[in-house]
Amino acid sequence: MFAWLTASVPDRRLLSDGRLRGPTLYVIAIMTFAMIVVAAAGLALSNAAGIVARGVESRYAIQLNDSATSTRAVGAIRSIPGVAKAVPVPEAEMRETLQRWLGPGGLGEELPVPALINVELAPNADSAAIGRRVEQVAPGARFVAHSQVVRPLLKSLRVLQWLAAALVVLMAAATSAVVVLAARGAFDTHRSTIDVMHGLGATDEQVTNLFQRKIAVDALIGAAAGGLAAALALLVLGGSASALAGDLAGGPPLFGTDFLILALLPVGAVILAAFVARSAVLAALRQSL
Amino acid sequence: MRRHWQGGGPCARQVPGNGKGGALTAIVEFDSVGLRYGTGAEVLRDLNFRLSKGAFYFLTGPSGAGKTSLLKLLYLAQRPTRGRIGLFGEELGDMPRDALPAFRRRIGVVFQDFRLIRHLSAFDNVALPLRIAGKSEAEVEGPVREMLAWVGLADRASARPATLSGGEQQRVAIARAVISQPELLVADEPTGNVDADMAQRLLHLFTALNRLGTTIVVATHDLGLIASAPGAQMMRLEGGILSDPTGTLRNPPGRPASGGG
Repeated sequence: MFAWLTASVPDRRLLSDGRLRGPTLYVIAIMTFAMIVVAAAGLALSNAAGIVARGVESRYAIQLNDSATSTRAVGAIRSIPGVAKAVPVPEAEMRETLQRWLGPGGLGEELPVPALINVELAPNADSAAIGRRVEQVAPGARFVAHSQVVRPLLKSLRVLQWLAAALVVLMAAATSAVVVLAARGAFDTHRSTIDVMHGLGATDEQVTNLFQRKIAVDALIGAAAGGLAAALALLVLGGSASALAGDLAGGPPLFGTDFLILALLPVGAVILAAFVARSAVLAALRQSL
Repeated sequence: MRRHWQGGGPCARQVPGNGKGGALTAIVEFDSVGLRYGTGAEVLRDLNFRLSKGAFYFLTGPSGAGKTSLLKLLYLAQRPTRGRIGLFGEELGDMPRDALPAFRRRIGVVFQDFRLIRHLSAFDNVALPLRIAGKSEAEVEGPVREMLAWVGLADRASARPATLSGGEQQRVAIARAVISQPELLVADEPTGNVDADMAQRLLHLFTALNRLGTTIVVATHDLGLIASAPGAQMMRLEGGILSDPTGTLRNPPGRPASGGG
């Protein structure tokens, strides 16, 4: 199965015509670089979405129409079973927030400012039951899940994450297409050698092994170069991305398993190239007697 | 599963010997074989003949008669469009293509245009059949050096084909064809690019191989070459039809066949 990996020196000479390596190497390097960067972006988005979703899943906001009742309401809400924490948002902070929308002159003293209480539920708490209890202790209050507020953002992040995954798949498909073209080109270039080998009794397996090895070596060099360039790019971008991710999501953009996945992408590219090259050459050989 | 040749039809008769006496086994059997390329006219028609094991055959005929096409059928570069071919006692008709390499390894071919691999040295070109057969480098070195010495190219082992003369390339091609001691050697105009002296040397090489038991089929226009190989049998191909398939016409005509062919 892996005989092609260990071609002898004379066997290697069969397809070595002294030319520099073809464009396959460069295309695979570029594709690998792009795949790793896009995959890293996709994984970072996925992680950010996960961190945001986990961060807001137990958080709710209670909106009271009358700020005068907030102090009493906070006490009552804290006593509801399942409520781990209830913190009223200071009125000054509310005014500052509203001022951003209404402008400096838009928020007069006469304008009633709603009161807001941030609530964090205990794990496994029944949010619906708590919502009903909030309605009882503070009639007219709105019990809003933070997850509902950030749902459009999470949806966008998920879409971007799937888009990144689709791009990685598309780039893998494009890499396969390039390898097929390269294999066919190499096959045509070495057609006379193949004919001689066939005439002397070489099997399809023997001929295919030569091409598979040649293209796999190109792919290996290309994938290593592309992977190294991507690693450098991620290292350079990593610092600012970490800071941004920390601000936005409250966590690092990539974790250990993500780096493992990214490290496996060049390996996958080489395996894919070797497999595709083998299939392409075998298909071409079957056209002949 | 391989089907063994049943020896029926027009081929079922005994093949005359090559002068060595005794009934010989057929190594090649053609039964109503026809060949056409694409939708063109048949270049070979109704070929019925047997080639005896250990015999020496010349294939002659005018240019365009189909000699190269017939040789292609012999060395399995082409399948017939009709009829049946038996080789080494087995019928090839419905044989899957992955079974053919084993047959090809038993056949040596000298191409008219040499078909040496240009980026390999003479040594590597000659070693190719042994390497394809899976021999180790230790098993390759000695026989290849010996073969190159036999064809007078011991000192050109590392030369690339482009740096060799036509005659030297021809000898490398012949060395490559015979290195694995094939049971059948097929040569297409092997003396077409060499002078008369070299042609005679090559003929001696072929007859020496023939004495070792290899069946030889040489396509040639060279009547001098044919005349200098008593005991060889002649097949004439013209208009896609083979005459004297049983080899009763001895060469040179009228001269009794002698041994060693």
